[in-house]
Amino acid sequence: MTTPLLSLEGVHTHIGHYHILQGVDLSLPRGELTVLLGRNGAGKTTTLRTIINLWQASKGRIVFDGEDITHWRTPRIVSRLGVGYVPENMGIFSLLTVQENMRLAAATRHIDTSRLEWIFGFFPALKKFWKTPAGLLSGGQKQMLAIARAIIEPRALLIIDEPSKGLAPAIVKDLIQAILELKQTDTTILLVEQNFGLAQAVGDQVAVMDDGRVVHASSMAELTADTPLQNRLLGLSLEAHA
Amino acid sequence: MAGHDKRDDVGMRLRQALDAYPHYLLLAVVAIASFFAMPLSVWLSLTVAGLAMGLILFVVSSGMTLIFGLMGVLNLAHGAFITVGAYIGGSVFLMLVGWPPLAAVSHALLIFPAALATVVAAALLGVLFERVIIRPVYDDHLRQILVTVGGAIIISELIVAFWGAHEIPLPRPDSLRGSFVIGGVAFEKYRLFAVGAGLAIYWGMLAVIHKTRIGLLIRAGVENGEMVQALGYRIKLLFIAVFAAGAALGAFGGVLWGFYEELIHVGLGQQLLVDVIIVIIMGGLGSITGCFYSALVVGLLTNYMGFVAPTFSEFSSIVLMVLVLMWRPQGLIPVVKV
Repeated sequence: MTTPLLSLEGVHTHIGHYHILQGVDLSLPRGELTVLLGRNGAGKTTTLRTIINLWQASKGRIVFDGEDITHWRTPRIVSRLGVGYVPENMGIFSLLTVQENMRLAAATRHIDTSRLEWIFGFFPALKKFWKTPAGLLSGGQKQMLAIARAIIEPRALLIIDEPSKGLAPAIVKDLIQAILELKQTDTTILLVEQNFGLAQAVGDQVAVMDDGRVVHASSMAELTADTPLQNRLLGLSLEAHA
Repeated sequence: MAGHDKRDDVGMRLRQALDAYPHYLLLAVVAIASFFAMPLSVWLSLTVAGLAMGLILFVVSSGMTLIFGLMGVLNLAHGAFITVGAYIGGSVFLMLVGWPPLAAVSHALLIFPAALATVVAAALLGVLFERVIIRPVYDDHLRQILVTVGGAIIISELIVAFWGAHEIPLPRPDSLRGSFVIGGVAFEKYRLFAVGAGLAIYWGMLAVIHKTRIGLLIRAGVENGEMVQALGYRIKLLFIAVFAAGAALGAFGGVLWGFYEELIHVGLGQQLLVDVIIVIIMGGLGSITGCFYSALVVGLLTNYMGFVAPTFSEFSSIVLMVLVLMWRPQGLIPVVKV
């Protein structure tokens, strides 16, 4: 077994007086897509934000490719290690055009046109609305822009928080295709998702969180094949979000 | 029926236009209403005077609104930067005027090196102020108010220690004294100079904000600073740069105001700060364009009211701000924030 690209070892995070992450252990195998599942408030988003230090871990270690990055600042993690991040609210700059949003994410002044064409291949709407203020895009198009922005440069790790949230089924289908395409690039992906259909379609590995801890980690195939385990772990989750 | 539809359509378009361009409407209302309250020659003179005052107000206010927009910091020490600017600029100017090797140089040209020295010194002071005073209180507005007021007091006391508590006369260069008379209407030279300087600063700021990468970062940072960091940018460096630029703009405005009043004193910035706060709130906190139009409206209104009803001149901009906020609680051009 290869060493994981990223591992969290007993990570705790406090936000104000709240103790959100209470000893998260998580490993992301290289080149695979790991889905983080769990009910609302389980600590999924906090885990993602803690990885890139938008919220500081109060205890534990975060190791990226053998290097302890627990106390690295966000810009250093993102630019030095090649980490792309798509937040839950998409983080689109609504007054900036699609082009300007993409330019900001590009490491150099000029965007790599061949990579841009590759992105337009699965997000054609972005080409059409290239000069349009991002705030005028539909919810699905904004999500496409958020993902496109995160992958405008080759990434070692891509972190995506609930991309299907609030999207129509047809758009979720397009999103699945785009994520499958991304998987071909050997990028390691950590995906938080409540939509189990999407998670199942794209996930290689799965980790389930509850009360600020990872309570289950296995391959997606293993979880999919084990109905009692699904019911125990996800039945609660589905019920909670019904 | 068709007539009704047409009227509804026109009404809707009008409402949309008012919503999109409230700053033009306000400017037009103030200018047109006063046009009927005074003779044309007086109106023209006061309009130039109002534009000059408005543009200087814009220069001194733009830095404060930029700092608030990007960093969420209400820097009540901004008045102290304006005063520092007036003192540094005035002192350098007076020193250059009295320096024999420059005796042959037009005094008006000496304003430029004085302004340059002011901008550089104020930017350095801004960096120091951000590091020492502001940085520990990000995200805490109450403490920001306390420490920036404290910082302003310290700067004022330092000014008194360096320059003394007395007022310093700052005579304008001869070439900027007097007026041009066109068609029987007098246009004061310095006011035209201030209009030119203010417009140059405004267009320069727009060019930086809309045509450069740092401008792109500022626009993005105003909307969502955390996401700018998540894209790999060190937003704290941007904060330092913007704070330095804001301090420099305030100080440059102080130089312009010093020559406008032909007198500098330690309370100069604090006196202007009330108008500055009105301008940035009415324009929409953080909005450069809103600040520009708001400053023009305040400048024009103050000058028109000075002729029509002098007793209410100082008071008029506060009343206008209240009315504008009742109409548009976020100001003329609100800033979108996540």
